[in-house]
Amino acid sequence: MKRHSSLLWLAVGLILLVAYNLVGNPAFLKISVQDGHLYGVPIDILTQGSRTMLLALGMTLVIATGGVDLSVGSVVAIAGAVCALLLNSGTSLVVTLAAAVGVGALAGGVNGTLVARLGIQPIVATLILMVAGRGIAQLICGGQVIIIDRKSFEFLANGFVAGLPVAPLVVGGLYGLTHLFLRRTAVGLFVEAVGDNETASRFAGLAAARVKILAYVFCGVCAGLTGVLTAANIRAADANRAGENAELDAIFAVVVGGTALTGGRFSILGTFLGALLIQTLAATMYFRGVPPAVAPVPKALLILAVSLLQSEKLRTWIASHWRRKEGAV
Amino acid sequence: MHRTLLRPLASPFLLLAAALCIACPALHAAGKTLKVGFAQTGAESAWRTANSESMKSEAAKRGIDLKFSDGQGKQENQIRAVRSFITQGVDAIVIAPIVETGWDPVLREAKRAKIPVILTDRTIQTSDESLYACFIGSDFYEEGKMAADWLAKFTGGKGSIVELQGTPGSAPANERRKAFGDGIKKYPGLKIIDSQSGNFERSGGKQVMEAFLKKHGKAIGIVYAHNDDMALGAAQAIEEAGLKPGKDIVLVSIDAIKEAVAAVAAGRLNCTVECNPLFGPKVFDTVSKLLAGEKVPKKMYNKDELFDATNAAKVLPSRQY
Repeated sequence: MKRHSSLLWLAVGLILLVAYNLVGNPAFLKISVQDGHLYGVPIDILTQGSRTMLLALGMTLVIATGGVDLSVGSVVAIAGAVCALLLNSGTSLVVTLAAAVGVGALAGGVNGTLVARLGIQPIVATLILMVAGRGIAQLICGGQVIIIDRKSFEFLANGFVAGLPVAPLVVGGLYGLTHLFLRRTAVGLFVEAVGDNETASRFAGLAAARVKILAYVFCGVCAGLTGVLTAANIRAADANRAGENAELDAIFAVVVGGTALTGGRFSILGTFLGALLIQTLAATMYFRGVPPAVAPVPKALLILAVSLLQSEKLRTWIASHWRRKEGAV
Repeated sequence: MHRTLLRPLASPFLLLAAALCIACPALHAAGKTLKVGFAQTGAESAWRTANSESMKSEAAKRGIDLKFSDGQGKQENQIRAVRSFITQGVDAIVIAPIVETGWDPVLREAKRAKIPVILTDRTIQTSDESLYACFIGSDFYEEGKMAADWLAKFTGGKGSIVELQGTPGSAPANERRKAFGDGIKKYPGLKIIDSQSGNFERSGGKQVMEAFLKKHGKAIGIVYAHNDDMALGAAQAIEEAGLKPGKDIVLVSIDAIKEAVAAVAAGRLNCTVECNPLFGPKVFDTVSKLLAGEKVPKKMYNKDELFDATNAAKVLPSRQY
């Protein structure tokens, strides 16, 4: 019940935002066909937003276990750098993708081990890789932006299949698969149990530490794939800027989507809508011509509004206030 | 308390430092290698890497012992480096300050040790201008103005411009924006119809340009980007919209990284104004002058050039970064 209501508010927010854009310029929702593929702002939002969506998907599971992964932005940079290194030395696309996923999994494994086996606070444990990771990526790239000239690689981020953009299709597919895997098997329940009460779940016979580590590994894999999309999008590995502040957007998407930072219940659909909201907001800034210097303000206001709407306490307080007033009349 | 305790210890050091300082010019004259400390910001971009490289290679060429310190984007690292330069008794200190404020105490220490300080690339805010000898940097304003002048000539003073700004609040973004606005004022036919920040990033430039293309459609004639990365991102967005960058839409940007000069030569970009990172020669010239007791101007700028279709292909092989 609680989860559904927060999803509802999120959808309402998204619709209001789109409506606000439509009032200013009806071209916002216009989709046309250009060179045999779909073309328009909604397509841009899905394509550009696919990276945040993918990062947020992994982040959802980590946050559901009561943790957080600050290192995803740096893992994006490392994975992009690895792609550039391999592709430019003539490695095949499949091997390159496997390597990017492997790098992500390794990073996630390190994070998960630090958190679950050594009991280090998630923020501190993942901060290590957040800081060190960017250095590693820069080391791989030698402090340069490395250009990747491989059509098949760029296709992953900017290509179209039957007129539809590839990146959102891939990310959408991953969302579907993850949802099925978590909800049709007991795995989702394990994650929620560990996040809700680790000690209790351990006493109930759950390998809590292993569940946690796997959540971080999954998050790392998502970050690795996001690194692929990020590099493919601009046909270059930019170790310094790729994935910069991406962890914050991912966390925002998860939290706005109704997954509490304290762990426990999570919502995959909520995360998807949260990431969609962030990207729609970015598009709104461009479309309504908000000066860049003040652009962070609407974003902050939106976060505040959504958090307030989701606050159970505030809602009951308003409701009781309302009732009292009605009673007085 | 501390002071009284330290005084007996400090005075021999002070004497030693003073002796060294008096001895320095003499040693220099006697052909002793110069020691120069350089506190760099970090290695955050290709521009920065080229900047460090220029300092190192120029020092090697002149037989100067360059103590290079990478600040890794943190002021405290730079301050620590400057302190260690002072204790090592270098002849001059070069700083590329990461932030504008908070430099006074450490600069005062350098001044007390009579080591001249040269600021490069970015300036600082200080109540006491005598704390540093001079500033050598890029003239961001001049760069923006060169871009505007070139554009006016190229388009005959007509066109609708979209601007891709750098990171809001950063000096290059502020100056390049202001200069360009001032520069096109004389041409009523040139108008900025939209302006957003792409954060100096390739992906940012691409994303903003995608939105602009949908918002303004065919109305966009010109893109002015505050750096090459954003212009290259925008060019990609233009291609994906089925248009030809450099032909259907004119692109002007700043920095002149090698990839952008190559793009200009290939006709994908139309013009890029150089922001020269090769500070080495000028910095060490200034060091020599300062140590010889000559007066130098408080502010000096590196000379920047402009590359368009007429000269890009020619200079491309010689571009170092």
